[in-house]
Amino acid sequence: MERMTFDLSKTPLRDVNQFLHRSLKAGDDRHIEVQNPDGAHSIAVGLDEPVTVEIHGHAGYYAAGMNKKATVVVHGSVGTGVAENMMSGKVHVKGFASNGAGATAHGGLLVIDGDAGLRCGISLKGGDIVVGGSVGSFSAFMAQAGRMVICGNAGDALGDSLYEAVIYIRGEPKSLGADAQFEPMTDNDYKTVGDLLQQAGMDHDPKSFKRIASARSLYHWNADANQEY
Amino acid sequence: MTERGPDSAGLAVFAEPLKGSARKLSLYSGLTDDGADFNWHGLTHALKEHLDVASHIEVKHNHAVLTFDVSPDMVKRWLHEQHPKLHVLSTGQAMDLYKDIGTPAQVAERYDFGAITGSHLVGHTRMATESAVTPDRAHPFTAGEDFCLVHNGSLSNPNSLRRMLEPRGIHFDTDNDTEAACRFLEWRLREGDDLETALQRGFEELDGFFTFLMGTPDKLALIRDPFACKPAVVAETDDYVAIASEFRSLAHLPGVKNAYVFEPAPEEMYVWNA
Repeated sequence: MERMTFDLSKTPLRDVNQFLHRSLKAGDDRHIEVQNPDGAHSIAVGLDEPVTVEIHGHAGYYAAGMNKKATVVVHGSVGTGVAENMMSGKVHVKGFASNGAGATAHGGLLVIDGDAGLRCGISLKGGDIVVGGSVGSFSAFMAQAGRMVICGNAGDALGDSLYEAVIYIRGEPKSLGADAQFEPMTDNDYKTVGDLLQQAGMDHDPKSFKRIASARSLYHWNADANQEY
Repeated sequence: MTERGPDSAGLAVFAEPLKGSARKLSLYSGLTDDGADFNWHGLTHALKEHLDVASHIEVKHNHAVLTFDVSPDMVKRWLHEQHPKLHVLSTGQAMDLYKDIGTPAQVAERYDFGAITGSHLVGHTRMATESAVTPDRAHPFTAGEDFCLVHNGSLSNPNSLRRMLEPRGIHFDTDNDTEAACRFLEWRLREGDDLETALQRGFEELDGFFTFLMGTPDKLALIRDPFACKPAVVAETDDYVAIASEFRSLAHLPGVKNAYVFEPAPEEMYVWNA
């Protein structure tokens, strides 16, 4: 497999992203290294070929945003909005992630080895997220589809106004959001958690996770409820 | 970071405090008729003549640090009467404060930031949202003695804070929302709260979006609002702690690639001792 290296202290980020957008052939599975990211924003956004991009250091906002097919590994932390609106592929953050990680992701897998900030997986639309540490408040807010596995704890209002996304948590949420509820784990749930942990390279017993899903009481507007919402 | 704050910049630096009752004022002449040509030595002569106060002045462009050994209130009253357009940027024993309009690079060059030394500092680049672009509305803000604060965000209740503080004799220099937070916290410290207690009261009273970084003679403190609307990142090494909105601003620091880097949590207090 061909390897290429870009050094962001020498090559402008725009050149790197333009290469990734315009110079890859269909099915290109090259291995591309990015050195000295130094917190730059929007590194490796909008990829749509099955390349692997390894970012060696801390990345800024929207790293690997809108990813499709590619694998992006960040050997460091990321700012706001990592893998936001991912369609497919895999994004793996070895450090921590700031707010809005995996927001609106339609598909693919986001793995964060450390903690994730607030609003992780907000409006998730079918992607999967595995967080090795804890997530901040308002995570999985209005999440519509997909799975979220949290190996640590969660902040306030976890899963507020959930639709059909499912959350699995090993620790405890500080509080559950409106309409989110704990539910019994089924054999399918244990298998799902086991598979996602394996894909994320994390070694926990699926039996130690609890399931949170929507109580579906907010699905339909109830005109008689007055101010009770 | 010019694109994040192109209109003004400032820096408060803490160094070895003056001894005994000596005090220093950071002064800004940019709003006077003479601007950077302000007659600073004339000011020290007049201070001697009118108030019999011996003083020392160090001038950088339109900024000067005036040092003396009497009550700072008396000197500030006299300055206000004699030179109403001269702006007092800060008062204290340990802190010097520089701020002005212009890009961060221009302001840094104007005051030779590269040559400034001290134990810790608080800097800011401003993109104004809540009040006009003027030197006195640039950050850091200061209140009382040797306390400064910079703000990323906007407060929704600065006017109610102001209505609470002004009847207590607390004077405001500007209509800026950050000044309300600065004066509120300094008021709590002056009322006897320790820094942690004052910050806890800040969480209760200050409404809006904020990441605040504050400096005192022996501490740096950081807090973020409960929704973490405004960013912050910290890098710690054996030699230093550095705090910024984004890692981009820290990426050039020596040894930062091996630093412990973390994002401070919302509604938590982070206090470092100098």
